[in-house]
Amino acid sequence: MALTLPELPYGRSDLEPHMSRETLDYHYAKHHKAYVDNGNKLIAGTEFENMDLDDLVKKSSGKIFNNAAQVWNHNFFWNCLTPESKAPSKKLVTALIKQFGGVDDFKKLFTEVALGTFGSGWAWLVLNADGSLAITSTTGAGNPLTDGQKPLLTCDVWEHAYYVDYRNARPTYLEHFWALVNWQFVEKNLG
Amino acid sequence: MKHVLPDLPYAVDALEPHIDQRTMKLHHDMHHASYVKALNKALEEAPELQSQTAEWLLMNLNEVPEAIRTAVRNNAGGHVNHGMFWRSMDASGGGFPSGPLLAAIDRDFSGYENFKAEFEKAGTKLFGSGWAWLVVDKRGNDKLQILATSGHDNPLSSGYHPLLLNDVWEHAYYLKHENRRPEYLKNWWAITNWPEVEQRYQQFQQQEPAQSSKTPPPKIDADLKQALHETAQEQIHEVMTKREASKLVVKEKSVTSGKSHSVNGKSG
Ligand SMILES: [Fe+2]
Ligand SMILES: [Fe+2]
Repeated sequence: MALTLPELPYGRSDLEPHMSRETLDYHYAKHHKAYVDNGNKLIAGTEFENMDLDDLVKKSSGKIFNNAAQVWNHNFFWNCLTPESKAPSKKLVTALIKQFGGVDDFKKLFTEVALGTFGSGWAWLVLNADGSLAITSTTGAGNPLTDGQKPLLTCDVWEHAYYVDYRNARPTYLEHFWALVNWQFVEKNLG
Repeated sequence: MKHVLPDLPYAVDALEPHIDQRTMKLHHDMHHASYVKALNKALEEAPELQSQTAEWLLMNLNEVPEAIRTAVRNNAGGHVNHGMFWRSMDASGGGFPSGPLLAAIDRDFSGYENFKAEFEKAGTKLFGSGWAWLVVDKRGNDKLQILATSGHDNPLSSGYHPLLLNDVWEHAYYLKHENRRPEYLKNWWAITNWPEVEQRYQQFQQQEPAQSSKTPPPKIDADLKQALHETAQEQIHEVMTKREASKLVVKEKSVTSGKSHSVNGKSG
């Protein structure tokens, strides 16, 4: 099935002041859209044409993987954000305490991994097959699904995600990212 | 010896309108500076390497202790690449290469226009952050070759001699060209400092015979060498991306498992 650009779950100005409308105009309407369009061109007439997006990410490689996984990652990233960020529920807090010692410890470690990701990539909170949680980082379009991990939360650390609003200051971008996290989405992913 | 941030060889607004002042200032004062700082910091743990040049470190990554090898590779690369990049541009640049360099470009790319198109293509196709390069292949009859590398990987680490490079990290063009990387690459020829590139080629031709009889070729990371010898740019990128990804995951996993151990320790 063809890749599609989903509607954003909020208006393009709704994440201000943490993420500007200008950023979303580029990040969503240009970058994300380009991955969708390029991906569709690449899969047309191939064995990948009718795969759903999860399978495409798990089974493709090279250029098709790069575009398909970037579609997956951005679809997921937009859902990780919300203009009305509410505190995580007790269930999620308990899981974060169990694995990382506390919500703040988790945020600190996730931030370290996001800042330590060299070049363009993504920071992730994932659920391992054994039920434990982990924080990982991928380069380029990398997606934890290919390592058998279930993504729960992600932060885009390609420069295009923050350059318009924060220039080279990735740490400042991360501070604002935390103000937008949709913890209810994270909990839903935890299952 | 501490590595130092070199001054720009021109005023911060000298390359307007091709490189806007805002981009130039951030790129030099913040990005390049951060690589110099991080390189010096990494080398605090290896005093024996502090007297080596950043180029030497890139040519001898296998001599760098494993604990700081990735940091040195990334930050010595960031330092060397940006230093060379600044000198690859000039307000009076543009025009055409000449002399022996032009002859070599004609020989290996069937003409300058074709070379430009291939170089732009390599820069456009590189996925994520990296560099497009014109290099001399020292083990390939000194033929000129176009490469693309991820992150700040420098072809010095795989035995090539770099002549020209263009930065295709988003920070190099985002404020002016937004997501239009091909437009940035195309416009960049207006400021290319060909006299500098010609001089680099001349130096290579003068020094190379003496060098190859004296010093052994650099020890090359096998994956990197294999990656760079592939001709298709996507393949190069794919191999390097996988290496990067696996390295990072290993690193992050060790961070994460360290943490969960301490958590286990608390509860157990
Ligand atoms: Fe992105
Ligand atoms: Fe740069």
